[in-house]
Amino acid sequence: MTKSFKLHSRAISRRSFLITAGGFGVTVAFGGLPGNASGAAVAPAVEGDYRPNAWVTIAADGIVSIMSPASEMGQGIMTTLPLLIAEEMDADWDRVRIVQAPSNAETYGNPGFYGIQLTGGSESTRGYYDLLRLIGAQTRKVILASAAGMLNVPAIELKTEPGRVVHARSGRSLGYGEIAAGGPLPDPLPQATEADLKPSDQWRYIGRRDIPRVDVPAKVDGTAIYGIDVQLPGMLYGAVLRAPVQGERPEAIDDAAARTVPGVTHIVPLSYGVGIIGDTVEATLRAKDLLNVTWSTSSRVRNYTSTRLLEHYRSVAGDLSQTGVEAFSEGDADALIANAATVIEVDYMSDLVCHATMEPMNATALLTGDTVEIWAPTQGPTGTQGFAAEVIGTTPDKVKVNVTLLGGGFGRKAEADFIVDAVSLAKEVEGRPVKVIWSREDDIRHDKFRPLEAQHIQVGLDADGNIAGWRHRIVADSIFARTNAELFANAGGHDDVVTEGAHFNYAVPAHRIEYIRQDNGLDIGFWFAVGVGYTRFGIECVIDEIAAARGTDPLQLRLELLRDQPRARNVIETVARMAEWDRERDGRALGLAYSDAFGSHCAQIAEVSLNRETGVIRVHKVWCAVDPGVAIQPRHIEGMLIVGITNGTGHALFEQVNIVDGEVQEGNFDTYRVIRMSEAPEIEVSVVPTSGSPVGGMGQVGLPPVGPAIANAVARLTGGARLRHYPFLPDRVLAALNA
Amino acid sequence: MTAFTINGRAVDVTAEPDTPLLWVIREHLKLTGTKFGCGIAQCGACTVHVDGEPTRSCQTFLEDVAGKAVTTIEGLSPDASHPLQKAWIAEQVPQCGYCQSGQIMQAAALLETEPNPTREQIIEYMDGNICRCGTYVRIISAIQRAAREG
Repeated sequence: MTKSFKLHSRAISRRSFLITAGGFGVTVAFGGLPGNASGAAVAPAVEGDYRPNAWVTIAADGIVSIMSPASEMGQGIMTTLPLLIAEEMDADWDRVRIVQAPSNAETYGNPGFYGIQLTGGSESTRGYYDLLRLIGAQTRKVILASAAGMLNVPAIELKTEPGRVVHARSGRSLGYGEIAAGGPLPDPLPQATEADLKPSDQWRYIGRRDIPRVDVPAKVDGTAIYGIDVQLPGMLYGAVLRAPVQGERPEAIDDAAARTVPGVTHIVPLSYGVGIIGDTVEATLRAKDLLNVTWSTSSRVRNYTSTRLLEHYRSVAGDLSQTGVEAFSEGDADALIANAATVIEVDYMSDLVCHATMEPMNATALLTGDTVEIWAPTQGPTGTQGFAAEVIGTTPDKVKVNVTLLGGGFGRKAEADFIVDAVSLAKEVEGRPVKVIWSREDDIRHDKFRPLEAQHIQVGLDADGNIAGWRHRIVADSIFARTNAELFANAGGHDDVVTEGAHFNYAVPAHRIEYIRQDNGLDIGFWFAVGVGYTRFGIECVIDEIAAARGTDPLQLRLELLRDQPRARNVIETVARMAEWDRERDGRALGLAYSDAFGSHCAQIAEVSLNRETGVIRVHKVWCAVDPGVAIQPRHIEGMLIVGITNGTGHALFEQVNIVDGEVQEGNFDTYRVIRMSEAPEIEVSVVPTSGSPVGGMGQVGLPPVGPAIANAVARLTGGARLRHYPFLPDRVLAALNA
Repeated sequence: MTAFTINGRAVDVTAEPDTPLLWVIREHLKLTGTKFGCGIAQCGACTVHVDGEPTRSCQTFLEDVAGKAVTTIEGLSPDASHPLQKAWIAEQVPQCGYCQSGQIMQAAALLETEPNPTREQIIEYMDGNICRCGTYVRIISAIQRAAREG
């Protein structure tokens, strides 16, 4: 029996795109940003009516505006996606201006990701890749048709160079600006098909290392505009005091002292807290401190104590009589394990972690009649439209979302709670914008955490030590049950992102994945790499545990299990060469892990040492080889892998949220520890694309392998001390050493 | 009214004396390059220079800067030409970029006192500045480049 849910379908019919003209209707929120010395820049849309489609406008001076449909949170997407259009239309990259697309899912939604504007899941490049290249190819055909009319020659005799149409036979040429100024759009508009796309050997921009990111210059001189930087005429400020335990409501509000703060204009009772509106940030913060609120005490989250629950989850994971939903099954894993010569049976666990994006939650909203305009660092403009409309009792089309730069996202800014704050307060002061800013304490305590989870992995080995069956039981609450109840129900109660990554490409005769859902009321959400961040921790450590049991080199075991996977073998062999896998290190050891998640192959080796007295692990260096299929911008890929590896190291070593009786114990960077420069490993990345492969995701690829690589290195360093619980706090390391 | 200079310009700000300098800079003076990260001087995103000293503006108050000279990222150079700004672009340091104003201001203070810092000196000096994206290895490279290329 095979049963696999494919909720992230990227199956697109290439013929399904009908490209229509115009349809801009954009008022961009922000003007231009400083650009690089050369190359494309961020800018408002140009004036001009030469619009081959809703994505591209060409002005008479040859400046080409290209829409960027996704949210820029550091992954370089506002360079990558427009570059795909520029590539196929043969734009001159120096004359490209990039415009953040408006909230309009019908036109700018990701065809590979629910058709909406939602940046996440490492799905942007994968989802838009075919569409945007077709948009670019169609733009080129439109330009050629216009030029053919102007030059009075057949279009087939024309070629393009960056920003120019050339008629070789007559020696004449036209710049794109001249065509935009002189030529009407052809009617009907030409369409493009896959046959119109450039072969990869003709790419001018894809694959180049020397194209800088367009958002970088504004990020070094203070001119980049994040959500929190929005300034509007007549703007007021908002703050919200939230309940100490999720789900509680204000029962009595004593705001006498708060109202005396100069500059405070409104105190607004909300279903989940108390809002304050004022003339200055500092007034709202002072008033917030002076509010005296009696909260309800009925929330079921009061029963949530993370250490106790995790023990319970672990017991559920190991209790095979407790069945959940079957997420995947191939072969009869149970029988093969029952008849195996040896069974390896272990539990892996991870604590709650929070996002703590450097830019805390914030949003600005302006209500005018039944319409609302929002400026926010959001990953999900489409979802934002829906949530905002609900607050003011209107329809999503009446909500306009201006996506600013995001000071970190990591999944947190796909949520709408901070937007609901701004809209709820804007409702009180119609006609005036309100900017709501969360404190860091609010940001951490009211996060949508990565789920607390326990996994039980059983692997049966035959008499020769070969894997006969693999059973993986994952116990956690559900993200989709809250964020997408319909999808969750349609999947029969399976949660595709909570178990993401449990399905692997290792060749095993039988494989079974079960999801045993818990429901303890706490909101959990999408954190960097979501489920893959812990499922691959379990899997990659167990691979090493099997290798140790067999007395096999863990690298050789992986190559054996990936014998039919040349791309996987290549990244593993590459990283082994980079790290000199076979070279012994004095007082240090290497550990390896591999992942094929998000459509890219990634292998990492970590070099670690350990203080056996204190239990403190030091990660000295991480080598990484990645095959993203198509390496659109290799240097940006390296940047994203640095993010994944550094963050992944910190999360494996330090990051931990504790909840006691529903109250989050951490509140700021003094208690929630994230990695700092002195703890960051050196990193060496090699990007090894495979020609002819589909493009893979990249945003989250770097994170999953680094934790298991560290754990595997510690085990090799210590002769078998296994770390099976994120994070690897010193007392856990010491306990493993003494086990 | 509290008088001080910011990026060479004299200003008078009307706000409570105990207002964090951070909010004065960002919301009264609309210089939003200085960022709010934690409010308790734990992350360094709000770093500015006060009379040349790197200072966490979230834990510095308006009354503390009366008569002093404040420099923010916007005033570090007239045209983003400070060696660190050039090096930051050359090394493509920023990811989300939110912490980078603070990183650059901290690094600028380091290069003022130690034009050729060792790797260890860089790490020690920069350890109070959090980058949640984890761009630390590129920050180190960029500081080394700025020191080298000046």
